[in-house]
Amino acid sequence: MIYPYIPHTDEDRRAMLKAIGVASIDELFSDLGADLLLEDSVPISHGRTEDEVQRMIDSIAQRNIRGIPFLGCGCYDHITPATVKALSSLPSFVTAYTPYQAEMSQGLLQAIFEFQSMVCEITGLDVANASLYDGANAAVEAASLMIASKRKATTILVSETIHPFVLNVLRTWALGTAHTIGLLPQINGTADFDQLSELLDDEVAGLIVQSPNRYGLLEDYTSVAETLHQKGMLLTISADPLSLAIQRSPAEWGADIAIGDTQALGLPLAFGGPSCGYMAVTKALMRRIPGRVVGATVDNAGRRGYTLTLQAREQHIKRERATSNICSNQALAALMTTIHLSSLGWGGMVEAASQSYAKAHYLAYHLAQLPGVTLIWDKPFWCEFPLLFNDAKRMRKFLQELRNEGIFAGVRLSTLTRKSSDELVLLVAVTEKRSREELELYLAAARRVLK
Amino acid sequence: MSEPLLIDLSKRGRKAYCYPPLDLPRGFDQALPDLPEHLTRQKPARLPEVAELDVVRHFTRLSNLVHGVDNGMYPLGSCTMKYNPKLGEHIAAMEQFTHIHPLQDISTVQGCLSVMYNLLEDLSSITGMSWGSLQPCAGAHGEYTGLKMISAYFLEKGETQRRRVLIPVSAHGTNPASAAVVGFDVVEVKSNKDGLVDIEDLAPKLDETVAALMLTNPNTLGLFEKEILTISEMVHDVGGLLYYDGANLNAIMGMATPGDMGFDVLHLNLHKTFSTPHGGGGPGSGPVMVNDRLRPFLPKPDIELTDSGYVYRWDGEQSIGKVSMFWGNFLVALRAYVYILRMGSEGIKAASQHAVLNANYLAAKIGERIAIPYGKRAMHEFVASAKALRHENGTTAQDLAKTLIDEGYHPPTVYFPLLVEEALMFEPTESESVESLDRFVEAFFRVLDLAERDPEYLKEAPHHTPVGRLDEVRAVKEPELRY
Repeated sequence: MIYPYIPHTDEDRRAMLKAIGVASIDELFSDLGADLLLEDSVPISHGRTEDEVQRMIDSIAQRNIRGIPFLGCGCYDHITPATVKALSSLPSFVTAYTPYQAEMSQGLLQAIFEFQSMVCEITGLDVANASLYDGANAAVEAASLMIASKRKATTILVSETIHPFVLNVLRTWALGTAHTIGLLPQINGTADFDQLSELLDDEVAGLIVQSPNRYGLLEDYTSVAETLHQKGMLLTISADPLSLAIQRSPAEWGADIAIGDTQALGLPLAFGGPSCGYMAVTKALMRRIPGRVVGATVDNAGRRGYTLTLQAREQHIKRERATSNICSNQALAALMTTIHLSSLGWGGMVEAASQSYAKAHYLAYHLAQLPGVTLIWDKPFWCEFPLLFNDAKRMRKFLQELRNEGIFAGVRLSTLTRKSSDELVLLVAVTEKRSREELELYLAAARRVLK
Repeated sequence: MSEPLLIDLSKRGRKAYCYPPLDLPRGFDQALPDLPEHLTRQKPARLPEVAELDVVRHFTRLSNLVHGVDNGMYPLGSCTMKYNPKLGEHIAAMEQFTHIHPLQDISTVQGCLSVMYNLLEDLSSITGMSWGSLQPCAGAHGEYTGLKMISAYFLEKGETQRRRVLIPVSAHGTNPASAAVVGFDVVEVKSNKDGLVDIEDLAPKLDETVAALMLTNPNTLGLFEKEILTISEMVHDVGGLLYYDGANLNAIMGMATPGDMGFDVLHLNLHKTFSTPHGGGGPGSGPVMVNDRLRPFLPKPDIELTDSGYVYRWDGEQSIGKVSMFWGNFLVALRAYVYILRMGSEGIKAASQHAVLNANYLAAKIGERIAIPYGKRAMHEFVASAKALRHENGTTAQDLAKTLIDEGYHPPTVYFPLLVEEALMFEPTESESVESLDRFVEAFFRVLDLAERDPEYLKEAPHHTPVGRLDEVRAVKEPELRY
């Protein structure tokens, strides 16, 4: 078999071995010793041609079944302009590494600078980084940042209404360390801030809340930041950034840290990854922000240019004293978000968020008229809402019938929480991408099942 | 050659994208949501308002100001900048993968789960481990996950005094940083005169407070830790575990396995060894692989193949839990799977053999004119030192690197590992032909000639790029981090 990714001919190998001064390639591996050198080849399949691989993948791909997704819970099917895929596939963007050599990476650095700027604009905060792995890991980084910002603090308070998977990832972070996750209880589907003050003991570093929350509901953070700041504690708000086109921004609530996933801004569903975590902070926290940060400066001839900066925070300089261990981030996904936002502008973002709102409310209103299901709480929501079924059998039938129509009707909350008490709750997400026909198809099927 | 910020081309009312009109009945068709005012955003965000062609030209021009593997040789040590096959890009763009939601009913995602399951099987074979998880999104994230599992393992055994992780001075910066994030105390292990782990320094540091030793093998000098079996025995004898940083696996695929070397847990960098693109800094994928001892501690959910197809397993009671939002960077894992399918057992071995051949060839050529302080024999990378040149006329590794940019090459990694003064770390990968390596050597020698003739010229390099050396002090002192 000849490998097109390895250009060497027999003649090349001979000449190279001669130049090195060894008789064979095996001799180059002599340090491995007989104990370690494998006698047999690794038990994986033989190589395939490009065409054979494509055929094999085609048959695997057929085992994925697509439907009209009314699925959300942290991953949403929004419209993406064609520019995103076309421009983010430009080979130099795709095949470059982290822009350590600024002079030959200006395009990438400037794109990251524009990404940071847009994240700042959307969250209202002062400083953003170049991206984190995803929203859940952004929550972990926010927790670390808050702990590091307050002396002797060990506890991060987390609202019970945060996405269950984000809570899982935070619990993993705390496992086996001196850190503790405390829970702020919920009341009627949103965080219960009446209980906040009594939970704020000296150990608490800060609070993480999420809006839209795990049920899709919008939360009211009036006076929350003040309560925390009076005690020297910080507020982190996690938000779907597209929702910030219409709902109050983290800065407008007085948050110190804003986090989330930029998936709704130009990234495909992609079975959940790559997504792209974002983080923005106040100026006061600038030198504690994790990950890469790009800054503008001038070159030796006074020309404007961009470079990685504030690197004294980072692992390759500070090692065990770094603010985070992150090295690789989600740069190409962040670029997709940057292209998406450049194409939409603020008007487009407001349009996408508003249409998602309108379509979600249209579907919710009409579903709520049907017997056997209710909208659980009468609270403001954006593009996702919780539908409570009165009977498990009916719910299963509902999901099955709609799937037969090619509709993925929603996510059962119990899929995320693994709790039987959540089995009757269906989270339904509606984006601007769902056409009127798709909404009517959903409603018609729902009416047939629930009549 | 400079490109303005897109926001500076903005003109009110211009659009690069139009949504279809909202076609809902009256009552639902208002332009803006009727949220209560206290929940409504007050201040608009400033985003570009431009035409579609403005967006296209802007990002196309920016891409012209970036050097990737597709543009030219990228011998950045420790980063394995090998060719990223177009087949992988093509398959990762298939809608049967990109348009699948992570929470779809399991019966509708059997294709994705098959990719993940089979990739884990192949990675287990290649590393000699029993199983793994694809949730970690990058190498450092894999380190974090692996160390978390080590922490959970000792917590389970009641050995909570094991709070120390030993790490060689030559290790990647992420190693100590990850250990610190997981709550371990970092203890440095010295290198001996040959650039390998100093066993005499290691021995007295091993006791019942040690949770693990983290090693890269071959190490960051590109040298194989020949005493690895002895080291493994020493660590295990005191009840500690051995962690393998898979950043340098491209040296040994198909030739040897970390499992045989005695490692208990490791992470891989699919964006290095398995040819998935680096994307300008990510997304990568950093699977963790473990032996039987640590398998119960893998992140949730696991994937299992049953008679009725692939299923998630959420019931692992000793599992450390989730480490990412969903199931990891699936599209990156898919590209790596395509690479493995394409190369097969013989192909991955050939990749490592030729990566090592290329590095040794380059070392033999470059070593004619610049010192390579450690090791007679390199594996997949080697570290040269510009120390002599600096003493001679002040030329630094940085100066050489910046001048190489004018030659059209991405420079090697500089100033790492810290063990070598004025370090230049070269990793050509198997992707480069002998002619390509020869051209690079010629370019590097031209730079050395220049350094001897006109060291001042190098201080100002690069000369032919859109911007010259940037004022990094100013970038830190007067941070301008947004428009």
